[in-house]
Amino acid sequence: MRVNNILGILFSNSYDEALPEITNMRTMGSVPFAGRYRMIDFPLSGMVNCGITKVGVITKSNYRSLMDHLAQGRPWDLARKHEGMVLLPPFSSGGVAGNQTRMEGLCGALEFLKNSREEFVVMSDCHVVGNLDYRALLEAHAASGADITLAAKRGTAPKLDCMRLKTDDAMRVREIAMSHDAAANCLYSLNTFVLRKALLERLLQDAMNLGRGDFERDLLQANVQSLRIHAVEIPDFVRLIDSLQGYYDASMALLEAENRHALFDARRPILTKVQDDMPTIYGLRSRVKNCLVTDGCQLEGEAEHCILSRGVRIEAGAVVRSCILMQGTYVGAGVRLENVITDKAVTVKPGKTLVSAENYPIYLGKKIVV
Amino acid sequence: MQKQECIAMLLAGGQGSRLGVLTKYLAKPAVPYGGKYRIIDFPLSNCVNSGINTVGVLTQYQPLELTDYIGNGQPWDLDRASGGVHVLSPYQQIKGSQWYKGTANAIYQNIHFIDRYAPEYVLILSGDHIYKMDYAAMLDFHKAKDAACTIAMLEVPWEEASRFGLMHTGADGRITAFEEKPKNPKSNQASMGVYVFTWAKLRAYLIADEARTDSSNDFGNDVIPAMHTAGEGMFAFPFEGYWKDVGTIESLWEANLDLLNPKVDLDLSDPDWKIYSRNPASPPQFVAAGASVQDAMVSAGCTIEGTVDFSILFPQVTVEEDALVRDSILMPGVTVKRGAKVQYAIVAENAVIDENAAVGARPEDFESPDGWGITVVGSGLRVGCGAVIAPSAMLEYDVEGGE
Repeated sequence: MRVNNILGILFSNSYDEALPEITNMRTMGSVPFAGRYRMIDFPLSGMVNCGITKVGVITKSNYRSLMDHLAQGRPWDLARKHEGMVLLPPFSSGGVAGNQTRMEGLCGALEFLKNSREEFVVMSDCHVVGNLDYRALLEAHAASGADITLAAKRGTAPKLDCMRLKTDDAMRVREIAMSHDAAANCLYSLNTFVLRKALLERLLQDAMNLGRGDFERDLLQANVQSLRIHAVEIPDFVRLIDSLQGYYDASMALLEAENRHALFDARRPILTKVQDDMPTIYGLRSRVKNCLVTDGCQLEGEAEHCILSRGVRIEAGAVVRSCILMQGTYVGAGVRLENVITDKAVTVKPGKTLVSAENYPIYLGKKIVV
Repeated sequence: MQKQECIAMLLAGGQGSRLGVLTKYLAKPAVPYGGKYRIIDFPLSNCVNSGINTVGVLTQYQPLELTDYIGNGQPWDLDRASGGVHVLSPYQQIKGSQWYKGTANAIYQNIHFIDRYAPEYVLILSGDHIYKMDYAAMLDFHKAKDAACTIAMLEVPWEEASRFGLMHTGADGRITAFEEKPKNPKSNQASMGVYVFTWAKLRAYLIADEARTDSSNDFGNDVIPAMHTAGEGMFAFPFEGYWKDVGTIESLWEANLDLLNPKVDLDLSDPDWKIYSRNPASPPQFVAAGASVQDAMVSAGCTIEGTVDFSILFPQVTVEEDALVRDSILMPGVTVKRGAKVQYAIVAENAVIDENAAVGARPEDFESPDGWGITVVGSGLRVGCGAVIAPSAMLEYDVEGGE
């Protein structure tokens, strides 16, 4: 399977509703993560790292921040003379307004699919934090001769509409259950699919003709016997963002060396927009421990067990514990923060205290002044 | 080629021989500085921030890394449909091949490049200096004075004045006399090596200078004195702010650590005057639970488990547990292993300081103050387990353990 024969498709708005706080103003794909990244960087870098040179990004709503982030796709080397990065805005053809579901998004992109010359399609959602080896996935697809190959993870399923899979010994999917509860120790779909483009087009055309609207239920679950669907289990660190708590936990998981090394595997670097910030400055009496820190911060106070994004400022005498501070957060002198997530450009004025519990992080929206 | 009012010519061919092993394989403008930059990022960013979009970079000494770094100029927004950044190296001509004999000759050999843009003015820059400067303001000054040549001028402390090319000026800024590194300076107005010329004037003087057999083809020694003698309008443009020529190991070390001094007027966080650079794809930096980082500048991709104090860490530096880094500059990809000590040192790219090795020492811990100095470890070298590298040593080869 030649990799330049593969078209990448990303669903930028997938599961926006799982993270209503942070996606209020943006898509799941443009949710900041791990300091310097946006959620879309993970599947997008995965695709690029395996050699894919054309990626269509399906959007639904609030995608201005996403466009700002992706632009022409240069950081991912997708600013190509032809194709490369293609943003697919909502496309309404009679009746269906706005791409609400995966199926509608794909149907809206049907012309794009048909006009592409690639033989295969790889699709992914943007709520997946991981450094998936897409090449291995593609090789598995070729080796098994499956119609559809999907990446799956064994463990506790996320609290989302999520396909739980039962497979035979050869990893062919025999049963798909749609679940919404956090079932323990099951094999669940990471919603990363490989299939022939012609098959996808046929399935979409059939679904449109028959008026069926749900990709997972109507195309996969309903066809589990007639189509050869194979699962590939991903052993490495992968998290699906299913809630604010899930976002918090997945972020904090990166403070563990093993998870961090898996996500930031140097063989498959996670690529993102370049911001030209200066390096981070640690002040004379700063005390920073167990933190993931992005360039451009100025740290004078104390931070422990935190994710600090670009341009965060922590003044002397402030104590920040177990927090995620997004870009440009300002923490004044003497402030105490614990288990808080701040969105971009939040200001916490001197002397304030905000403390919550580890299993109930407080979220402060963009530009809020406390 | 679209006409440009002003284009910049950036002299980047210098070896920087006093930087020793650091410039063994790369030209001085490509030397890493300030945690994530290279020296040339400063003049390049100044150009683009000043609205000058056409820059010729003149290379000669070890151009590979520099050329590779500049690439198509995209990191500085200098990948332009018309203009942009161009690397200009010496080339072969019908009358033979010739290296750049001096700074003026380097420009002379590229007259055709400049003529293609038919500029009114040419800005001549050096790739060796760290400073933020609005060249547009200098150009306005040049136009207002209707000058043939404007030289950026910095008032330096009197005790240092003898190290510089000095100028005497009249009340209107007109230069009345020059002094080149005098023993007893009568002025403290130093030339920063930043010039604006009216191109038609400079072009004529370059051709005349080339015809002279006794000329060293240098701006400071030949072209500028010739213009002055001929009575051309020459003005000094006063500059205030941080400016540093990082010519020596000590000045490179100092200029880096200046970034940690809040009194130093070089703000790299100004969103309106960003210093751009080519960035590697690195994850955020990680500071471990047992680490101590104080008074330091640290870049993306670093992992710190040990102690870092008053130091600059470039991208992807690792400082392991129980390691100590103090008063030092660690360039990209350096690893300081468990128990090792790096003090008052510059460690070049990808060098490895193995377990319990000691590189450099604090002046107060060193018996003979005369022999003390900054220790330098060359790029890609390994300092073996337990090895001790004395202050002011400059390592060019690997050092086995225990030496």
